[in-house]
Amino acid sequence: MLAPLLIWLLVFVLVPLGILAVFSFCERDEIGRVVFSFTWENYGRVFDATYLMVFARSIGYAALTTGLCVLLGFPVAWFVARCAPALRQRLLLLLMVPFWTSFLIRTYAWITILKSEGLLNSLLLGLGLVSAPLELLYTPFAVVVGLVYTYLPFMILPIYSSAEKVDGALIEAAYDLGCGPFRTFTEIILPLTKPGIYAGVLLVFVPAIGMFAVTDLLGGARVPMLGNVIQNQFFQARDWPFGAALGVVFTLLFAVAYWFLQRRGARPGSFA
Amino acid sequence: MIELRQISKRFGSAVAVDGISLHVRAGEFLTLLGPSGCGKTTLLRLIAGFETPDTGSVWLDGADVTATPPYRRNVNQVFQSYALFPHLSVRENIGFGLRMQGCAAPERERRVREAVALVEMEGYEDRRPDQLSGGQRQRVALARALAPQPRVLLLDEPLSALDAKLRQGMRLELKRLQRRLGLTFVFVTHDQDEALVLSDRIALVNRGRIEQLGTAADLYHRPATPFAAEFVGETNLLRATVVARDPAVARVRLADGLELTVPAAAVPAGVGAVLLSIRPEKICVSKQPLATANVFPARIAEEIFQGATDLLRLETGRGLVLRALVANESAMLEALHEGDRVWCGLHGDDIVVVPGE
Repeated sequence: MLAPLLIWLLVFVLVPLGILAVFSFCERDEIGRVVFSFTWENYGRVFDATYLMVFARSIGYAALTTGLCVLLGFPVAWFVARCAPALRQRLLLLLMVPFWTSFLIRTYAWITILKSEGLLNSLLLGLGLVSAPLELLYTPFAVVVGLVYTYLPFMILPIYSSAEKVDGALIEAAYDLGCGPFRTFTEIILPLTKPGIYAGVLLVFVPAIGMFAVTDLLGGARVPMLGNVIQNQFFQARDWPFGAALGVVFTLLFAVAYWFLQRRGARPGSFA
Repeated sequence: MIELRQISKRFGSAVAVDGISLHVRAGEFLTLLGPSGCGKTTLLRLIAGFETPDTGSVWLDGADVTATPPYRRNVNQVFQSYALFPHLSVRENIGFGLRMQGCAAPERERRVREAVALVEMEGYEDRRPDQLSGGQRQRVALARALAPQPRVLLLDEPLSALDAKLRQGMRLELKRLQRRLGLTFVFVTHDQDEALVLSDRIALVNRGRIEQLGTAADLYHRPATPFAAEFVGETNLLRATVVARDPAVARVRLADGLELTVPAAAVPAGVGAVLLSIRPEKICVSKQPLATANVFPARIAEEIFQGATDLLRLETGRGLVLRALVANESAMLEALHEGDRVWCGLHGDDIVVVPGE
């Protein structure tokens, strides 16, 4: 019964992770080939101040992205979940539409919007809100916009799935017992949608730490994040063992975050 | 206590409530009875404040609350699905309303304990709703609605999710509770038995209007409309024409030619056609001819065992079919069986002329 699952796990999870772990203890020769040996040196470099900064920055950006996704995604998810079922299906479809286009093309579209002679600046200039074009592209602002844009659906869907299960009668019961709208939100709605929020946080925070395409394209590689650094080790610096060590630490970080959120009540199966 | 004045409410093109005025007296058990979709639940939701009327006003305790949101109305509801908060324990559920009122912890604790005792749920305070049976959830929902001590308790088919045996028991308990606390209960149900047993007064609702408002006995013995006669209890509804009348009695003829005598007072003067309601239990069935005003022969076409009673389908031989209810077989009574030829007796006073036809 479990055999197919175990084979799947072995081939797609354990073997690649094993290779990564083995490489992280190896050395590289002058032309970047992996030399099998045993050294802690790669891990030593991971805890170098430069890379710790990168870790911290990545976590910071990912946390900000996650927070903004919760703030922006919750109202959308709640609204969709409270719509009539027929309308709900159509709105969910609209949420999926962006996935029909390549993620890279959508990110390039943001360049067109954010660049100095782009859509947003034209609009602001046209309205007379600014006198000179704002520098938006290749800034941390652009990175956060890109990250939020990319991960927002992954926040909305799990929250939606929790919100949809909240019986409308519970909200009426809260009102009936003298609980105003705001307290109904904090006392009833929030606790009942918590699994969805945690699942969404998991789905957004963890991948956002490792994202490199958005930071490259919209951040202009000026604010290197963990994903960029790892990608660099494998493709430009050709230092696979160090890249692997970064990857292993990163994976452990994931695992800790996952375990933490899991304990706080996220159900991995609770999203659509 | 509660007053609805000329309330109307439509959803899209469907009229849920069509100009209803109703006065609920303090301390009474009033039932809104009607078939599903008749507007009775909408009426309850209008009182609770979950819906606002298109026209008309809602008054609670002499104050116009039409625009008051539900969380500022001193009424509490027991929901059909109970709507217990799944993330809170029994204690927290029952204390919820008190906490919202700003009731201090020691006082709240005491009143929760009282409410728990009232519904006999001691020992279950720390359970969550999903660890309770249907009947227990029902009690918790009741306690939760009662704990904040509302002036009015609204109950939306609270017994419909319980099995038959439990439902019977809860009926009596509800009635006892209402009497003891002296609270005003507005109870919604589609179950006429429930309405008859529980209510001080019943408002029979049909198509967004109140068909009849009165005591259970009023509705049962003196239905105001054909709908009332048919919806409350079992009955034989028969069309008849008035063939003769004198100051004391009137003679009416049924479609098959059978003639019955009814008190003249029951038949409005100058009316040619009437609708009669004859309750099955009013028809006396015997193998001996009976000494009463209306006696006619019939054959027992079918006998249906119902436990305490037998339902008989009687054919008069001229096309008329009547249902009659008789006490179940007993050594004291003569035995009646399918196919027997019998005499039916019916007192004139037991024939109800239904107005409104």
